[in-house]
Amino acid sequence: MLESYIKQRLQTKDILLMTHIVIGYPSFKESMQVVEQMVDAGVDMMELQIPFSEPMADGPVILKANQDALKKGARVNNCFKFAEDAVKKFKIPFLFMSYYNILFKYGVEKFAEKMAETGLKGAIVPDLPPEEGKDYAISMGKNHLSPIYIISPTTCDQRMTYLASKGSGFIYCVARKGVTGGQTEFSGGLEDYLKKCRRAVNLPLAVGFGVKNRADVEYLTGRADIAVIGSETIRIVNRDGSGAVGEFLKNLR
Amino acid sequence: MIKRGYYGNFGGAFLPEVLVATFDELEEQFNKIKNDPDFWQEYSSIMSTYSSRPTPLTFAENLTNYFGGAKIYIKREDLNHTGAHKANNVMGQGLLVKRMGKTRVIAETGAGQHGVATATMAAKFGFDCTIYMGEVDVKRQRPNVFWMEQMGAEVVPVTDGTMILKDAINESFRDWVTNMDTTHYVLGTACGPHPFPEMVSYFQSIIGKEARKQILEIEGKLPLRVFACVGGGSNAMGIFAGFPEKEVECVGVEAGGRGLDSGEHASRLCAEDASVGVAQGYKTYFLQDDDGQMKETHSIAAGLDYVGVSPILSQMHDQGRARFESATDKEVVEALKLTMTKEGIIPALESAHAFATAFKEAPRLSKDDIIIINQSGRGDKDIFTIADAIDDPEWKKFIIEKAREYNA
Ligand SMILES: Cc1ncc(COP(=O)(O)O)c(C=O)c1O
Repeated sequence: MLESYIKQRLQTKDILLMTHIVIGYPSFKESMQVVEQMVDAGVDMMELQIPFSEPMADGPVILKANQDALKKGARVNNCFKFAEDAVKKFKIPFLFMSYYNILFKYGVEKFAEKMAETGLKGAIVPDLPPEEGKDYAISMGKNHLSPIYIISPTTCDQRMTYLASKGSGFIYCVARKGVTGGQTEFSGGLEDYLKKCRRAVNLPLAVGFGVKNRADVEYLTGRADIAVIGSETIRIVNRDGSGAVGEFLKNLR
Repeated sequence: MIKRGYYGNFGGAFLPEVLVATFDELEEQFNKIKNDPDFWQEYSSIMSTYSSRPTPLTFAENLTNYFGGAKIYIKREDLNHTGAHKANNVMGQGLLVKRMGKTRVIAETGAGQHGVATATMAAKFGFDCTIYMGEVDVKRQRPNVFWMEQMGAEVVPVTDGTMILKDAINESFRDWVTNMDTTHYVLGTACGPHPFPEMVSYFQSIIGKEARKQILEIEGKLPLRVFACVGGGSNAMGIFAGFPEKEVECVGVEAGGRGLDSGEHASRLCAEDASVGVAQGYKTYFLQDDDGQMKETHSIAAGLDYVGVSPILSQMHDQGRARFESATDKEVVEALKLTMTKEGIIPALESAHAFATAFKEAPRLSKDDIIIINQSGRGDKDIFTIADAIDDPEWKKFIIEKAREYNA
């Protein structure tokens, strides 16, 4: 299971890296090349985002990648095919990230079965709080998949405990309010929040939203278990081409 | 947070975690005012002094004679301050914002009516104000953009997605997830996560309460049918709320655009094209493809050009408690022309959808029957679109001359 994989890795590494891509951006071929570089650079696990037309929690960079991928023909079925290829080729855990409507339209139970069949390990669905996702939780459980829940700086202690009790694999702490892609100060201000998360949560902690360089990862080392790199790698693809991602990641820790 | 805000299978609160606490607070405050008899008093008082409530119920004598069927009454939300029903919701939420102690409001707008109403409220109550508006709508509703800016609001054109109402809603949420400590999002229609559908309908119910009292005073009986256009569904919910009994048939009119067969429309409930989905924080009928990606919609009326619809109306649809029809862009322009020449009243393009369908049905009803059309807003905001649709040569000449003056 995902949690034991993470714990095992943490015996030899101070902090794990999880990266993210939007499937089909800038093209299917290039997004697979990006995955390959990420794996080569030693990334420990990956989020594969199925693009959605209304990505409410995403900022301009990922939003635009979603729209471009859809324009270029990303469909749920070819995203599953992409995930299947990635899982076969590379030996790290892959998760899906998408919005609830994608699962809902597919049929939540069918979606979970297909995920398991494909060899995915879990899913992050940012617009599905556990209160609305009972069927999802059951289907994920049945298929030995981890539903990853999110904690934010506005989450009260009691709710942190509740979310931790519903999640499996790890808990995703967003480092600040807002959408993906904005600036985050990885410094003293985060200290209390991360401590609070640690106290409330028994699972490994991933921290994301704004992680963009070696200093950020260093700050998180010892305070979290997984650093999540999201928009920054898409920015690098946009600026320097998809070949530049590997170098960037190798220099992160 | 508990699972809440369901109307049958529709509604809910599909929120990103960062907004859960904000919605908990909003719901708590809303429940307080709902249970506070003084609040409605304060609310209706401000609506009668700052706006002109109760708005009249006008007997459309000439249209009635013209069609020779049911007696036609028009509920005049165009005479509400800022020219549409939107002010009812906005002033209600404004009072709530004051109670919550927030200092900034944001809103999406399609037709610009909701944006203008929000900018007005912000000016009156002293809030900072940002309005998100799809770039397509900025172009077709320029007069409203002008007024919002004059009242001190910042208008941000949204260039993502289809660049219309739904995209403006997404952008408002993106602002809110960052600024919720100071900011309230004044959602403009009976959609979105709980408690918005209930809360917006609650404020808009002032339309139905008045209309019921008025028709009983004038005619001593209830209408046979009530017609309202349906974008997100707030003016429809508002007037329908006054007529809960089975004898009154509620008819919601959606945007038929270039015709239901053309695929270029925004009819979620009366067309076969929509299916149940979850987006923008709630579950309802959406115009979407098999993968769950939202489709592009079309309507001549920016305020009806939306992929989703109130979860409360979706339930009324499934339970047969309301009937849903559509009117095409063409039919709407004809209905608008007729209303102007027969009654000297200019409905908004949105409202003219309700007129178009009422006009189809009125001749088939008897002279003893009464129908009410909810005129959700006034049409002068649409002067550019209507002038184009009518193809008025004098107007074109005027614009060309004006442009020449600016270039000189
Ligand atoms: C005049 C007018 N009528 C109707 C609508 C549609 O909204 P709703 O269905 O919420 O009443 C709008 C929306 O912008 C509007 O401006």
